[in-house]
Amino acid sequence: MLELKSYRTQVHNDWCPGCGDFGIVNAIQMTLLEMQLEPHRVAIFSGIGCSAKTPHYINAYGFHTLHGRVLPIATGGKLANPSLTVIAVGGDGDGLGIGAGHFVNTGRRNLDFTYVLYNNGVYGLTKGQASPTLPKGLKTKSMPAPSIQEGVNPVAMAVASGYTFVARSYALDVRHLKTTLRAAIEHRGSAFVDVLQTCPTYNDINTKEWYAGEDLQSKAPRLYKLEETGYDGRVSDPTIREQVNSKKGNALLKSFEWGDKIPIGVFFKMEVATFEDQLAHRMPALGEKPFVEQDIYNRDVTPLLDELT
Amino acid sequence: MIGGPQGSGINSVAENFAKACIRGGLHIFANIEYHSNIKGEHSYYRLRVDSRELHSHVDWVDLLVALDKETLFGDLNKAHPTHKGHRHEVSPGGGIIYDAAFKLAPESFGRDDISLFPVPYMDLLIDSLKAFGKDRELSKYQVMVNTIALGASLGLVGYDFGLASEAIKEGFTGRKASLGDLNISAAQHGYDYAQKMFNHNPFPIKLQKQTLGAKRMMVRGVQAVAIGKVKAGCGFQTYYPITPATDESEFLESHQEEYNMIVVQAEDEISAINMATGAAHAGLRSSTSTSGPGFSLMAEGLGWSGITEAPGPVIVLWQRAGPATGMPTRTEQADLRFALHAAHGEFPRLIIAPGDAVESFYDTFDAFNYAERYQVPVILLVDKFLASTYRDVPPFEMDGMKVDRGDMLQESDLAKNPDYKRYQWTDLGISPRSRPGQKGGIFWTTGDEHDEYGHITEAADVRIRMMNKRMRKVELASQVIPDSKKATLHGPGSAPTTLVGWGSTKGAILDGMEELKASGIETNFLQIRYVNPFPTELVTRILSGSSRKVAIESNYTAQMAGLIRETTGIAVDGKVLKFDGRPFSQNEIYEGVKDVVKNGMREVSLSHA
Repeated sequence: MLELKSYRTQVHNDWCPGCGDFGIVNAIQMTLLEMQLEPHRVAIFSGIGCSAKTPHYINAYGFHTLHGRVLPIATGGKLANPSLTVIAVGGDGDGLGIGAGHFVNTGRRNLDFTYVLYNNGVYGLTKGQASPTLPKGLKTKSMPAPSIQEGVNPVAMAVASGYTFVARSYALDVRHLKTTLRAAIEHRGSAFVDVLQTCPTYNDINTKEWYAGEDLQSKAPRLYKLEETGYDGRVSDPTIREQVNSKKGNALLKSFEWGDKIPIGVFFKMEVATFEDQLAHRMPALGEKPFVEQDIYNRDVTPLLDELT
Repeated sequence: MIGGPQGSGINSVAENFAKACIRGGLHIFANIEYHSNIKGEHSYYRLRVDSRELHSHVDWVDLLVALDKETLFGDLNKAHPTHKGHRHEVSPGGGIIYDAAFKLAPESFGRDDISLFPVPYMDLLIDSLKAFGKDRELSKYQVMVNTIALGASLGLVGYDFGLASEAIKEGFTGRKASLGDLNISAAQHGYDYAQKMFNHNPFPIKLQKQTLGAKRMMVRGVQAVAIGKVKAGCGFQTYYPITPATDESEFLESHQEEYNMIVVQAEDEISAINMATGAAHAGLRSSTSTSGPGFSLMAEGLGWSGITEAPGPVIVLWQRAGPATGMPTRTEQADLRFALHAAHGEFPRLIIAPGDAVESFYDTFDAFNYAERYQVPVILLVDKFLASTYRDVPPFEMDGMKVDRGDMLQESDLAKNPDYKRYQWTDLGISPRSRPGQKGGIFWTTGDEHDEYGHITEAADVRIRMMNKRMRKVELASQVIPDSKKATLHGPGSAPTTLVGWGSTKGAILDGMEELKASGIETNFLQIRYVNPFPTELVTRILSGSSRKVAIESNYTAQMAGLIRETTGIAVDGKVLKFDGRPFSQNEIYEGVKDVVKNGMREVSLSHA
């Protein structure tokens, strides 16, 4: 019988006490359990950085890859064996700095997998430099000077790149995160989850207290749930161009809301043919079984040779 | 030789002519030179035909077919001239076919030792279009003057027209079939014109078909490698468009439905290699294909594949003239050192450098076996010349080719071992592998140094053991792979001069040796095919018995000669080098080696371009 410890490893965890990463790993493990996914049917891929140690803490096939390259490697793994549940994870610097090109182009493909962005605004493992998501003008505690580069908007980038499920959640709200991750994994297509996260060691601006709105006059939490406001990012008919465009437009508009009020939840969702579907359309055998389970080692190449005579 | 602006269809002329020759029992060698340009720049295609087997081209031309004036006189009128045309390359007694509409005075050629054959390309084309009622659409069919020229050249040498028309027809299938008839008619017009108009001054060189032996293929490097991949059971190919590698991936993609093979165009070569490594780890035979600029981007991913002991990918590196963009459509062998050392740190990799299309087929097949057997990236080091050069060869013999997937575990094996370790210590350095999805096979893998489970460690003792484990795999490969695959001594067992080469220079060296022999210079030729594992003992044995060693390489620094010195301590006595972006011809080998042997030169740098 599967239980939470089925998804845990004995590996020593060296994240800082209070790190937002713990909440994300717990949520991933709880989601896998809730979905009753057997560990050996799951592959977790990560890039480089604190967040990238995630696979070592989860009992599933684990790929700790290169800085920024998690999506290409996960793409290869998924295409070789589309029957696997593939979850890619990585930090904001990994995914939107050095890996930005892969982030955009992976969205274009719409593979059936999930990408979870650990978004804390800083490069933690290299000791607190500004990450691509840190807004311009901010200076976290170990930065010598405020950032003079604009921050990127991960949700907007994901919508523009073609991810067919785009959501945001919060590392310290494990319940919301679990619900969001489950929806992302269950989505047929490329799902992107921007997880707002604290870095207690280096990000002294976007702290737990800041997200809780303790600095605001209203003392009201900054985060609010989209679904509670009647917002609906789902495209019911992807063949209607106007509907798709307007849903994407709404998602973009919402994604730029930042400051005293920050939306979390599902910004956009649309079900269209995945990359694997399109490949299976060309190669029906792929629709029956992953190529790793097929005998493709006794091919007759004489027709190719005949073409050359 | 046929020359013309890019986009004028010189490829189809040369290739149809070549195909017709092969089907007439003749042997061909056909190679193209072109610019990094879509339309307009000068390109030319050399087709050498003989009754004996050919391995190279030569720098003289018996029959030059010019589609434009630049092919004759070069671009000296341009602000930045690049070449003098090809009229001076025509051998005495040779001939030139060109457009009568150029209205050139014979004196303008500056040659009184050759024959001139002006052919009214456009008039003949209009005539042939008339029969189909298409003469009013001349602009649409203008490119077909290439076929007029094809016909005229066939007529001039008196070759069998039927064979050529068959080749033309095959180029137009399906909806384009009617174009085939149109082109055959155009070729016929050119053919008849040459036969009728030039019989008062017949061209002395004639081509006659021979009795046809067994079937032969007309194959170039990209095709041989691609077919090798299909045969090996490659299930996943990635690429980013780049000259001259892309043709290989397009060939695979065009056949993916027959063979069940995923081909992905990635956003860059970083992604291409990493996708391929991901697929290899997941259990699918995978590969990627690129050229120098792309391989530069792959360095990082190569290291990850190495430290994670991925069973692949196979990386095909089609070298071209570098560095940076260099000369994108020209050949070079300057990435030998780069392939050996790409990426930081030390990790095992295998590197094979086939010398021709046939070797490329077998080496590609072996590369996949090695990738899985030794769990290493395998690099196939080839080049633009090999990629695009056609030869006629017998269909690949496939007896005895066996897929070896290495130590791959099944779920039943895994069930017996509750404590599976992906990087388990073994005597040979190879740990049996599972693949994601298998019950009981869960593993972790990381680009960090790791323990047997694949978890991160910085422990000194584990580091040392893991380094030893990984590096030992090349030694193992070195012991297991027979020397006969790693290097070949061509020609006599001993000779006063030993030529040393690798990769695509093989053909020119083989043909050059014959020419050298005829002028009294006896040589043999050590062809090195495995860069890593390097056949150190074999090379030492052969070279220490040779009194004069001459390295022949298409690069500036004689990289293989350097590697030989590094691994064996033996220095070569002479170097024949070429780094103008053009491949060695048979006569250049002759000239270069003669300069070393007869004239005592230590280093010769050649260019006939």
